[in-house]
Amino acid sequence: MSKKVLVLAEAREGALRNVSYEAIAAGKQISNGGEVVSVLLGDSVQGLTAELGKYGADRVITVEHPHLKQYTSDGYGQALLAVIEQENPQAIVFGHTALGKDISPKIASKLQIGLVSDVTAIEGEGDAAVYIRPIYSGKAFEKVKVKDGIEFVTIRPNNIAPFAKDDSKSADVSSLSVDITNLRTIIKEVVRKSSEGVDLSEAKVVIAGGRGVKSEEGFAPLKELADVLGGAVGASRGACDADYCDYSLQIGQTGKVVTPDLYIAAGISGAIQHLAGMSNSKIIVAINKDPEANIFKVADYGIVGDLFEVIPMLTEEFKQLKVNA
Amino acid sequence: MNIYVLVKRTFDTEEKIVVSGGKIQEDGAEFIINPYDEYAIEEAIQVRDAQGGEVTVLTLGGEDAEKQLRTALAMGADKAVLINIEDDVEELDQFTAAQIISEYLKDKNADLILAGNVAIDGGSGQVGPRVAELLGINYVTTITNLEIDGTSVSIKRDVEGDTEVLETSLPLLVTAQQGLNEPRYPSLPGIMKAKKKPLEEVELDDLDIDEDDVEAKTETLEIYLPPKKEAGKVLEGELADQVKELVQLLHSEAKVV
Ligand SMILES: Cc1cc2nc3c(=O)[nH]c(=O)nc-3n(C[C@H](O)[C@H](O)[C@H](O)COP(=O)(O)OP(=O)(O)OC[C@H]3O[C@@H](n4cnc5c(N)ncnc54)[C@H](O)[C@@H]3O)c2cc1C
Ligand SMILES: Cc1cc2nc3c(=O)[nH]c(=O)nc-3n(C[C@H](O)[C@H](O)[C@H](O)COP(=O)(O)OP(=O)(O)OC[C@H]3O[C@@H](n4cnc5c(N)ncnc54)[C@H](O)[C@@H]3O)c2cc1C
Repeated sequence: MSKKVLVLAEAREGALRNVSYEAIAAGKQISNGGEVVSVLLGDSVQGLTAELGKYGADRVITVEHPHLKQYTSDGYGQALLAVIEQENPQAIVFGHTALGKDISPKIASKLQIGLVSDVTAIEGEGDAAVYIRPIYSGKAFEKVKVKDGIEFVTIRPNNIAPFAKDDSKSADVSSLSVDITNLRTIIKEVVRKSSEGVDLSEAKVVIAGGRGVKSEEGFAPLKELADVLGGAVGASRGACDADYCDYSLQIGQTGKVVTPDLYIAAGISGAIQHLAGMSNSKIIVAINKDPEANIFKVADYGIVGDLFEVIPMLTEEFKQLKVNA
Repeated sequence: MNIYVLVKRTFDTEEKIVVSGGKIQEDGAEFIINPYDEYAIEEAIQVRDAQGGEVTVLTLGGEDAEKQLRTALAMGADKAVLINIEDDVEELDQFTAAQIISEYLKDKNADLILAGNVAIDGGSGQVGPRVAELLGINYVTTITNLEIDGTSVSIKRDVEGDTEVLETSLPLLVTAQQGLNEPRYPSLPGIMKAKKKPLEEVELDDLDIDEDDVEAKTETLEIYLPPKKEAGKVLEGELADQVKELVQLLHSEAKVV
């Protein structure tokens, strides 16, 4: 049976996040030939709808309201429930982002349905869809099926490949007007710490530093390498605890979970709690002066050496590669 | 103030995971309070000490979870409740867990409920917000700071590294993020006192819940370990050559740059 699938598009600072396109691809697979409807919420989002069509959405529904300028669970909850009521989808896909994590349980609870969170892969199509998600901080995986009712999943950014952009495609755009009232939370201020450069949880390349980086200034060469590769800088808790960098960069069990194509760990010992946040990365490179460091056990490639020598050399080498390409 | 904390018993973070017979092997494993729930307990104790009132820790699980509840009592919680489902529920998902927990809480008039942002084993982060929605109260997730003045609440929350500053009011459910506080260790006198603190045990019958009404909506078909990674390649030779080789490998073999 084919399904109508509702997928949430997420914008950040005026641009769509990649996970919006990944959700469309996931939705297509679950739909089994059915329609994928992308939902976009905000105070002014018309400028973003065309992109969603190019990435494969069949239709786009926008809800615009001044109260949707900033995310609140009440505001987004009311808007999304109104869209769900109008569209009656058989499946729903959100990103497993801060926003998706916060809003999806509310919707699931309201509709009294199951929710499969943090899905990293989907097997099968339509009614046969099975969802794969990490458990025990990525130390194991489970395959989960929705028994009955709406199939509601959140997908981990960077794991399900979006379709290639096709400029010839477009989606029908319609808007729904929803009365958003009674917000119980008022956002006073958002202090941006992570807005510089590439978003850590969506980055294809992450250069992470640990206590071995030794100081705040020690992160500069890592940043330089990240810039050359179009990646983001991350850190171990060791580095955060030592005040070399902000906690917003922490990767691991109590920090962010990242699954980039390339993860370079520099001066990180590889504690189990750190591995919980990055061990599912596609390729892991370890740079550590201790050949016994645990990080080498999960690394695909390792260099035993001083990161302050190795990182700048890598930066130069990658620059060369780019020039030659 | 009437404060509840949702506490989950989880595998120790250091434990190796062994799967046998399609299940995670629990025999001999160490169990702990979910680390995020420790932040929630600590915050609850601090709020109570500042504002007065009572902290009740609540776990849905089996007999074994008493140990974690006693630890929470030793940290300073006043009362504990174990919703023991061992004999009644075979399959449990986040829907089931939240339905049962909220059924227990619905007539308790909690002013503040604290939970962890995510359980490090199940890892969905659903239970807190689901419970709040079922109780009809507001919730704020991944908080790093909490200030309460009367019924007004000021909160800082972590949003993928950014800090959101917001205002809301009681009754409220919050979920704890790392950075909220430094959880205390139970003191020796605390451990002694905890033995005498009340630990109530309830079952589904006591809550008038029919298992069929809370039947899981999702089903785990299989649990498996990630494929063992082949030992990586530690490069050798002159450093400059290693760096060149690494870049080539990443470019031509791994094709990630
Ligand atoms: C409940 C709990 C949750 C936790 N959550 C997290 C988490 O989310 N994320 C996390 O990362 N940790 C977490 N930890 C902490 C974790 O256990 C480790 O303490 C931490 O990851 C260590 O950080 P590190 O590797 O930077 O430091 P260290 O273990 O001190 O390692 C530093 C490494 O740098 C190397 N080094 C030093 N100088 C150089 C140099 N010049 N060149 C190359 N290498 C060099 C050393 O050989 C060493 O291997 C958690 C711990 C607990 C108990
Ligand atoms: C006896 C038993 C049998 C189970 N059987 C199955 C099974 O057959 N299949 C399966 O997939 N899973 C099973 N589970 C696991 C169950 O699905 C999860 O524990 C539950 O749904 C919570 O989901 P989560 O781990 O994603 O927690 P999250 O939603 O990530 O937890 C977030 C927060 O919610 C609170 N919380 C979560 N769980 C509890 C709890 N149990 N008590 C109190 N507070 C809590 C905590 O504050 C926690 O930090 C079983 C658990 C128990 C105790």
